[in-house]
Formats: sequence, structure tokens, C-alpha cells
Amino acid sequence: MSTQASSDGESQVDYTHTPWLDPSATPFIQIKNINKQFGAFTAVSDVSLDIYKGELFALLGGSGCGKTTLLRMLAGFEKPSSGSILIDGVDMGGIPPYERPVNMMFQSYALFPHMNVEKNIAYGLKREGVAKAERTERTKEILNMVELAEFAKRKPHQLSGGQRQRVALARALIKRPKVLLLDEPLAALDKRLREQTQFELMNIQEKLGITFVVVTHDQEEAMTLATRIAVMDKGNFEQIGTPAQIYENPRSRFIASFIGSANLLECTVVEREGNMYSVSQSSNSQAILVEYDGDLSIGANVTVAVRPEKIRVEKRSAVSSAVADGHNQLNGIVKEMAYLGRLSTYHIVTENDVMIEVTSPNQARYRDGNHPIDWDDEVTINFAPQSAVLLTE
Amino acid sequence: MAASDQSLKRWYSKFTNVVHRNLRSLIVGIPFVWLLLFFLVPFFIVLKLSFAESIIASPPFTSLLDWSGGGFPEISINKDNYLYLIEDDLYLRTYLNSLKIAITCTIICLLIGYPMAYGIVRTQGTWRYILLLLIILPFWTSFLLRVYAWMGILADQGTINDILLYLGFIDKPIKLLYKPIAVYIGIVYTYLPFMILPLYANMEKLDSSLREAAMDLGANPVSTFFTVTLPMTLPGIIAGSLLVFIPATGEFVVPDLLGGGNVLMIGRLLSSEFNANHDWPLASAIAVVLLIVLVLPMMLYHRVQASQANS
Ligand SMILES: Nc1ncnc2c1ncn2[C@@H]1O[C@H](COP(=O)(O)OP(=O)(O)OP(=O)(O)O)[C@@H](O)[C@H]1O
Ligand SMILES: [Mg+2]
Repeated sequence: MSTQASSDGESQVDYTHTPWLDPSATPFIQIKNINKQFGAFTAVSDVSLDIYKGELFALLGGSGCGKTTLLRMLAGFEKPSSGSILIDGVDMGGIPPYERPVNMMFQSYALFPHMNVEKNIAYGLKREGVAKAERTERTKEILNMVELAEFAKRKPHQLSGGQRQRVALARALIKRPKVLLLDEPLAALDKRLREQTQFELMNIQEKLGITFVVVTHDQEEAMTLATRIAVMDKGNFEQIGTPAQIYENPRSRFIASFIGSANLLECTVVEREGNMYSVSQSSNSQAILVEYDGDLSIGANVTVAVRPEKIRVEKRSAVSSAVADGHNQLNGIVKEMAYLGRLSTYHIVTENDVMIEVTSPNQARYRDGNHPIDWDDEVTINFAPQSAVLLTE
Repeated sequence: MAASDQSLKRWYSKFTNVVHRNLRSLIVGIPFVWLLLFFLVPFFIVLKLSFAESIIASPPFTSLLDWSGGGFPEISINKDNYLYLIEDDLYLRTYLNSLKIAITCTIICLLIGYPMAYGIVRTQGTWRYILLLLIILPFWTSFLLRVYAWMGILADQGTINDILLYLGFIDKPIKLLYKPIAVYIGIVYTYLPFMILPLYANMEKLDSSLREAAMDLGANPVSTFFTVTLPMTLPGIIAGSLLVFIPATGEFVVPDLLGGGNVLMIGRLLSSEFNANHDWPLASAIAVVLLIVLVLPMMLYHRVQASQANS
């Protein structure tokens, strides 16, 4: 969100890149209380979601949590058991897939094996009744975009997995739908090609202004691609927000551990001073100070979540007096250490026998190749009260 | 005892070694020997017969090789049987009529069988297997018996006429039995499973996401059928059609029992030349020509398959 302060002191907010924050914007896709049952099994349970025009929205979740089912309901292949879906203000109930302004890229690609690449891609335009000349033109254009021009005459089974995937993407894109649904579009690609295609997708999205809904179970991919993410679990949305919101303000223990990694400490509230809460793991352990805006009573059970990179670690002998004020400062011993080049990961067992994961950037160069902090070293860790999150769910 | 056990084991391992070494040629060899014994040898016998002359004797034909001259035998090839097939237009008419009936029945089988196979594939759970079982069930009774049953159904006092009379649609029985319609009904009934089963096997493998992809790209159900489902099931259509067309062309039992003498079919003609006229050479010539007529579409099918595999 960029804030432009005008000269008279009245601030005006520009929502072009963050339409979900604009209270006056109408959502492009409205999912209202959608429920989907397969027999007695609930695949998607009572979810609501607004997606805005031009968003690149990611549905993130583990296997079998209902991502594909939700996407299929948007495309019209699956009828919601209850609830409604509106796209561009039109209720999609009763509208068959071939009349929806939506195209989908299938998890299995679903390329027509009896047609060559060119025919596969032009299929949608042909059904639309686009004239031959324009069809050829647009097919050629999109073939160039996905860098498959030289494979135009090949059949799908003569392509590599990544090439097939790009054909599937081109076939879904060529109709310039209002909404493009992508079911795990990059799963079959190697890391390098995946990153490249991620940026390609973002470029296409920006260029064509199509609203993307991308399903993925790769949280890094979701963080890279998406304007916003909905994290799903067992047919529910656990949290919806921007990558940063979800990462920095996880709503529940599930989110905190699903997105990135987090140290989760079971605690009870012992003291409160404004928005500074003092919590502790047991009566005899040291209190942890956490800043929290909510209202909690003394004795409430909470979980403290701290990301590994938000914790500082220092050799006990080298602890500077500046941080040695007692706040969230714990002593421990390094049990595991992994040097990853850019950063190092430590597993530290504290004095009251809790394992804490810490990652720290390797800012200084270890010229002699020896790591300053090593296995079995006695260390002190500390983190700011603002770096931890209190979770009640 | 132990010694013989040992030698038995050694012999066995030797045997399995030989088998393993020759397994490849064995696997290729068995169908080859089978074809040689049960197809090629009889075919050459029939081919030889078709060039012989019919005589009143036992067996009722001349030998192609005349050894009486001593030394090299004299080969006498008699083309009269084939010439006779051309001269008397009965044969040509019968061939054409057989082809007409077989083609018509194949098309009817396809029109009935395709939606049936599609319906079975789209059925979920145990019902699917019950339906499949119902398709195969008729094979468990004798084919002849089932054709006799059709005689009962189609006769003047048969089931169909009884029902139509009872409902008042007609006031005197309509003739069905010993009419061409009876032959069509009989052949379609007999060969319908041979159309449905290959189609079912083909459709079962069809990925439903392809149909969804077509719909997603704007194809309505009709357009989806013609652009995706139909082309994808073409191999099943071809296999099923051949399985119906080939035996239907040479069909003997159905035209004999349900068509009486009124429906010309090559199978009946062949049988009467063989049994009634004792003209084995002519019957053989009829069979050879029939084979050629049937092999042509087969070769066409192979061409299509080969070109599909290549592209
Ligand atoms: N047609 C169906 N009949 C019965 N159950 C189904 C059907 N389709 C999906 N399910 C069930 O619904 C749940 C959600 O499935 P879905 O395909 O949406 O998962 P997903 O989140 O896409 O998982 P993945 O990441 O593995 O693709 C699964 O438990 C699945 O078994
Ligand atoms: Mg899925």
C-alpha cells in the first residue's frame, strides 16, 4: 500500500495495487458460503472469499484439503452443495462451464492427445467462432510467448512434461478469460524453470490484467506469486491475507507452522502491563515478554510463536551488555548446527529443556573456515517482545 | 532315491535353462504354429480345392496333381469355379446382399451399441458391473438356442404379434419370420455384444478431464462429443465394427433359420453348394472370394492403425 500525503495534510490512499483494502471496491469473484459434500464427506465447508480484479490469488494447502474442488466449482464442473458464486456480478449457479468467463489449466493438463500443439491451443478460439486468420495469428503469438513455436506441429505425447505444461497454459490463456484458474501449474517443473515460469506468470498477469486463481501446495511459490493467499485446511480457510500478513501475523498455530517454520511455546499468561504480556512455560521457568494487542486475562493458555530468523544467538562469553537486560533472554546449548552458506541454522536446547530453532545470517566471513558458534557451545538467545506472536487458536 | 532326485533336479534345471533361453522364440512361436496349423493349412486346402474339378466320387473332387505320367506330376488348375462365380449373377447378387446386410447391421449395432457402452461407462459402482454382466450373459446359452427363441418371438403366432394383436395395433399377424427384417434383427441381436465390449474397453480408458477441458474452452456437449469423445473412441468403433462386420458377412445360422430361403446370404449359399450340391470346389471358390472380400477392410484397418501409431 502506498500512501500519498497531499499538501493540505489530508491523506489519500491509492488502492490500485491493493484493491482488497479499498472498502468501496466490488469484488470480482464472490464466493459466498460455499459448501461441497461428496456423500457424507465434506470437501469444502462453508467458505466465503472475495477476489478482486487483477489479483493473483493463491489457494494454499496440503494434499486433499479441497483446493481442486473449490477451483472446479469456480469452473463449473462441480455443483456446490450450498452457497453461491458470483463472477463479475453474475451468479454462476446453473451456468454451464462452456458459458463461464473462466478458463482452467488442469492439474493433469488434459491436453487433447489426438490434436497437435497448435490445434490444442486454437481449440477454444475455434469454439468461439473466431475467424481462421485471426485464430492463426493469435495462436502464433501465444506460441511465441510460451516459447513453443517450433513444436507447433507436435502431438502432446511427443513433448516433455514442462513443454506440455506450457501448452496447457497457452491453451487456457488464449481466450483471454476474465478469470484464469490454475491448478498446480508449476508442479512438474524443475526449480530453475519453475522460478522462471513464476515470473512469466506474473508478467502475463500484469500485461493482460486477467484475474488469476492459482492452486499450490508450495508455500514458497504462493509467497512469490500471490497478491494474497488463502491458506486452506480440511475444507476451511484458516487465514486469508497478503504473504507478509500471513507470515508475520499468523492467526493460528496451524498457520504459523504451515507457512515457514516457527518455534511454538506453550505458555500461560502471568502478568500484563498495557499491551505487554508476560507469559511463562511453567511456574519456575523464566517469563517471556510479548507485545500483544488483544485482551487476555491472567492464567489464559497461549502459544508464543517466534520465527527462527527473529531470534539472535550469541556465544555466552560474547553477550553484549546492550541486550543483556533480561528480556526474553535464554541460555542454552547448541545441539545441532547446519551451515547453509547464506545463513546457519541452530537447534538450541534451553536450560528448561525446550528446543528452539534459530537461523542467523552469516554476515561476517569466517576466513579460517571455522564457525564461531559450534556444536555443544554454550549460547544465549534473545528476541524482542515485538518479534513474537501470541496465538490463542 | 536321492541319486534319482539329484538327476531329476539336474534334468529339470537343464530343461528350465533351455526353456528360458528359448522363451522368446517360444512366445513368438506358439501363435505362429497355431496360425499355421489352424488357419494357413486349412486355407491352403480350401484354396487347392477351389481349383479342383467337381466329380461324382468320394471325395467329390479331382486332385490337382496328376502322378500318372511318372516322374514330374502334371498340375491341372481348373479356373472354371471362379469363372462360374462371375457368369451366374446369383453369386454376385448374394455377395452384394451379404455385404449390404452386414454393413447395415454393423451400422445399427454401432448406433445402438455406442450409447449403451457410453451409458455403462458413465454408470458408477456395482451397477456398472451388473450392466456389463447383462451384455455378456447371452453367451452363457447356446447361440443356436437363442436363434430358435427368436423364431418363437417373430413367428406369426409369436410373442411380438401376440402383443400387437392384444394391444389392437394390428388385426391380423404381420409377417416377420422368413423376411429380411428377421435376419437383420437376428444379426444385430447376435453381434451387438461384439460392438459394445470393445467400445466399453476403449471408453473406460477415456480421461474425463479431456471432456471437461473441452467444455471449459467453450465447447457445448454436442461439440465436445464430436471434437473430443468421438475421435478418441475411433479405435473402439473400428474394432467393434470389424468384429460385427466380418462374421456377419459370412453368417449362416441366422439367415438359414430366420430368413428361410428368402434371404440371399453367402453363408447359406456356400452351405448349400457344399451339402446339397456336393460341389466342394465351387463352395471352396465361394469361400476364397469371401475371404478376399473380408481381408480388404482388415488391411485397411491396419493401415489406419499404423498411420495413427506413426503420427
Ligand atoms: N468426486 C469425488 N468424490 C468423493 N470425494 C472426492 C471427490 N473429489 C474429491 N474428493 C475428496 O475431496 C477432498 C478434497 O479433494 P481435492 O481434489 O479438492 O484436494 P486438493 O486440495 O486439490 O489436493 P491435492 O493437493 O492433492 O491436489 C479429498 O479428500 C478427496 O478425496
Ligand atoms: Mg488438487
